[in-house]
Amino acid sequence: MHELSVMQGILEVVLRHAANNGVSGVEAVNLQVGSLSHLREEWMQKYFHHLAAGTVAEGAVLRVQRVPAVICCRECGRKYEWQARTGPSCPSCASERGDLVSGREYTVASLEAV
Amino acid sequence: MGRVNLIQVKEGILEENTRQAGAIRDRLRRRGTFLLNLMSSPGAGKTSLILETVRALAGSWRMGVIEADIDSSLDAERVAEAGVRATQLGTGGLCHLDASMVAQGLSALGEEDLDLIILENVGNLVCPAEFDTGAHTSAMILSLPEGEDKPRKYPLMFSTSQALVINKTDYMALEEFDIEAVRESVRKLNPDMGVFPLSCRSGEGLADWTGWLERCLREQNRAGSAE
Repeated sequence: MHELSVMQGILEVVLRHAANNGVSGVEAVNLQVGSLSHLREEWMQKYFHHLAAGTVAEGAVLRVQRVPAVICCRECGRKYEWQARTGPSCPSCASERGDLVSGREYTVASLEAV
Repeated sequence: MGRVNLIQVKEGILEENTRQAGAIRDRLRRRGTFLLNLMSSPGAGKTSLILETVRALAGSWRMGVIEADIDSSLDAERVAEAGVRATQLGTGGLCHLDASMVAQGLSALGEEDLDLIILENVGNLVCPAEFDTGAHTSAMILSLPEGEDKPRKYPLMFSTSQALVINKTDYMALEEFDIEAVRESVRKLNPDMGVFPLSCRSGEGLADWTGWLERCLREQNRAGSAE
């Protein structure tokens, strides 16, 4: 699994914004993670904790908000939530063709810092 | 303790990868080169399919292979023995390829004078599905002994690939495997996915797969020369 490379990417974003804002310590990181990600919150926190040691983000708490997988129907344009257990099926027009508009992201929404 | 400030960031970590992947895709398309990302579990037959594919197409197309097997050059050596340009990416135990690693592979391989570059991704049905490699098309292999429940267990992989090779059909007599059930669950998950049952061992069904791939190559060639 790729917890380490994902958390490394997140830490880089956090440290860059922390430096740009001249903060002395990051207390919490608000993360938005797509529901199609297999990464578990507990493991994200452990890897982040490990990687952030010795930086201004050392000891920061990750707050993970899951973002639903949303499909945009190619036929009628309706956006609907997709559970990914079966294929997409539009509740309006029943079309099975659509494009994923969210559900795969790892986004740093904000930092709580001093 | 100082006052806690909320700093808005709103920055994703996949955007940079997506940007790099798009740059690779555009550059290769302008050259008329088709990049195929091949994914599967370990042992499903990625290297065997690559070997059979390059043997079948060697007379008509110029090909290169980027191998990403974990810390071993065995696969790259087997492919090079088949007379195709090949390079080995040391992924050092990583579970997937991203666009920056593909860029390294392309510069090691040399992307000039090639019609087709096959990227053998790390054997894994989970992580490679999450990262855009810059390929024009992703194909995956499901081999008969793995069982027919895989589309339900790994929906993202089956949703992000455009072609499914069902390999080891010569095991059909030995295994309980309902190929129609796989077609049905794939159709529900990804209605546009091409399905190619074949056996790398017997060669049965290979021509359908190579025929599909050659159509992709001709299309890419036209797109490249139209630039």
